[in-house]
Amino acid sequence: MRFDLQVIASWIKPGSKVLDLGCRTGSLLSYLTQEKHIIGTGIEIDEDAAGQAISKGLSVIHGDIYEELEDYPDNAFDYVILSQALMQVSDPETCIRDMLRVGKLGIVSFPNFTHYKNRLQMFFTGRAPMSKELPYEWYNTPNIRVIPITDFLRFCEGMNVPIVKEVAISTYHHDEKGRVITFLPNLFATFGIFMLGQSKG
Amino acid sequence: MSEYIEHNADGPSVGLVKKETFTFDEGGSGLTLDSGRTLPSVTLAYETCGTLNEDKSNAILVCHALTGDSHVAGYYNEEDPKPGWWDLMVGPGKPIDTDKYFIICSNTIGGCMGSTGPMTRNPETNHPYGTSFPVVTIGDMVRCQRRLVDHLGIDTLLAVAGGSVGGMQVLEWSVRYPDRVRAALPLATTTKHSAQAIAFNEVARQAIMADPTWNKGDYYETGRPEHGLAVARMVGHITYLSDESMRHKFDRRLQDRVELSFDFEADFQVESYLRYQGNKFVDRFDANSFLYLTKAADYFNLENQHGEGSLVSAFSRASCRYLVISFTSDWLYPTYQSKAMVKAMKKNGLDVSFCEIEAPWGHDAFLLPNDRLNGLLSGFLNRVSNEITGDK
Repeated sequence: MRFDLQVIASWIKPGSKVLDLGCRTGSLLSYLTQEKHIIGTGIEIDEDAAGQAISKGLSVIHGDIYEELEDYPDNAFDYVILSQALMQVSDPETCIRDMLRVGKLGIVSFPNFTHYKNRLQMFFTGRAPMSKELPYEWYNTPNIRVIPITDFLRFCEGMNVPIVKEVAISTYHHDEKGRVITFLPNLFATFGIFMLGQSKG
Repeated sequence: MSEYIEHNADGPSVGLVKKETFTFDEGGSGLTLDSGRTLPSVTLAYETCGTLNEDKSNAILVCHALTGDSHVAGYYNEEDPKPGWWDLMVGPGKPIDTDKYFIICSNTIGGCMGSTGPMTRNPETNHPYGTSFPVVTIGDMVRCQRRLVDHLGIDTLLAVAGGSVGGMQVLEWSVRYPDRVRAALPLATTTKHSAQAIAFNEVARQAIMADPTWNKGDYYETGRPEHGLAVARMVGHITYLSDESMRHKFDRRLQDRVELSFDFEADFQVESYLRYQGNKFVDRFDANSFLYLTKAADYFNLENQHGEGSLVSAFSRASCRYLVISFTSDWLYPTYQSKAMVKAMKKNGLDVSFCEIEAPWGHDAFLLPNDRLNGLLSGFLNRVSNEITGDK
């Protein structure tokens, strides 16, 4: 399993209820089901990926994250995970508020756009950076936004959403190994992973 | 739906199967239907395949669609030209695997394939009921199936599966008898007919009733309303296909001619095909049954019957796992109807999976070869079956 997913998995308490938004073929959900005996549900917009996940015996709803999130009652889950999908979400504020409505905790991960390699590429070539984490040209990317770790922290602060846990990691996109970055994460981390709590008051 | 799509009969099969019957009369008091009327006794025709395990935990009830029957898979004899209607799905190593599961399929009450229906003789008059047969509902069909499941000694079904009107029965089972169903697979179905679906059924019924030989349903000794029934089937058949599938299959190609006839012959292939389907149907189906079964489908309204108008409240009665499937080109029961049921299930915290399968073939897609559908069904059933094993 991808290193970033391993980090997320390590945060999940055994036996909890988990909703995985944009679960793809369900690799995180299967891992959590087998290793942590969670009760999991996924939402996935791609028919092929959703179909593969259901065929593995997972509970998955083929549909759009926004529409599907709306239908769950408050606090229906212990964790709601949005792993590497925030770049494709059109209204992150609504999405994260809804995640924290249906889940007691939210977990968000994304590739850090301001990683030093991206900065150098942009500086020296004058072109939009491409990396293993963001492997698209400007004209074919499914990502409608780029997210630096620092900006995400400001965004959460602005929304009054407490950050319960955070870790920055350096790993290649599909690698199973990686390391935690504590020094200047906004510069040296390829991914940021955050656990969000419900805002108080 | 067109249950008798030509299947490729190659590959593994359950082999020979036998139609059986089960008759019950509720200790002589008869069965009181949703309409309030009572039938002195009810017979269901049914078939089974696979083997029931020792603790009777591997039974799957398959519900047939509007004009289907109990013959879900396999053959009646060596010379049988084609297998049961879901032979693609039910058999050894197939998604509904007869090596693992025990499959039950019964013909519904109101039908004409061996179960009590308008063709049956009324014991009081010794004549076929005809239109004096009481109107039946999806709920009545399911209550009768429950008697059959009791009779087979099965307490809890591993799953109930079915498409179209069969899917309505699946939904009804899951809310009417929640403690007797572990998993439900409603495919290409709805919790209630749209006005459009009722409209098509009404046109079909009118075609039968406008046939002079229909004779208010009393035709069993005088000759059947074949033309009306064929037209009814033609109307139905159109709703089972899609614009794209018809264009692909027929477009405007002519049938057995190079130019237009300038009369009312079947110039186009699509006309000829519909006439063929209509005539073929007349050979195996009873016109009065068609009236009763379409009415039952039109009356079905899960939220009214079980939730006082609220679908969320209807599904609050349920406790099983669901796998809901719709098809992109199904315009009879479009995806929005499946999504509405999924929404209500989610609001109740039920375990539900849903997939809208991309398929150009319209409502009939669930009867056609489809690897996606196979994977979804087998994966879902595997999980349910593993959970049962894990519980032990």
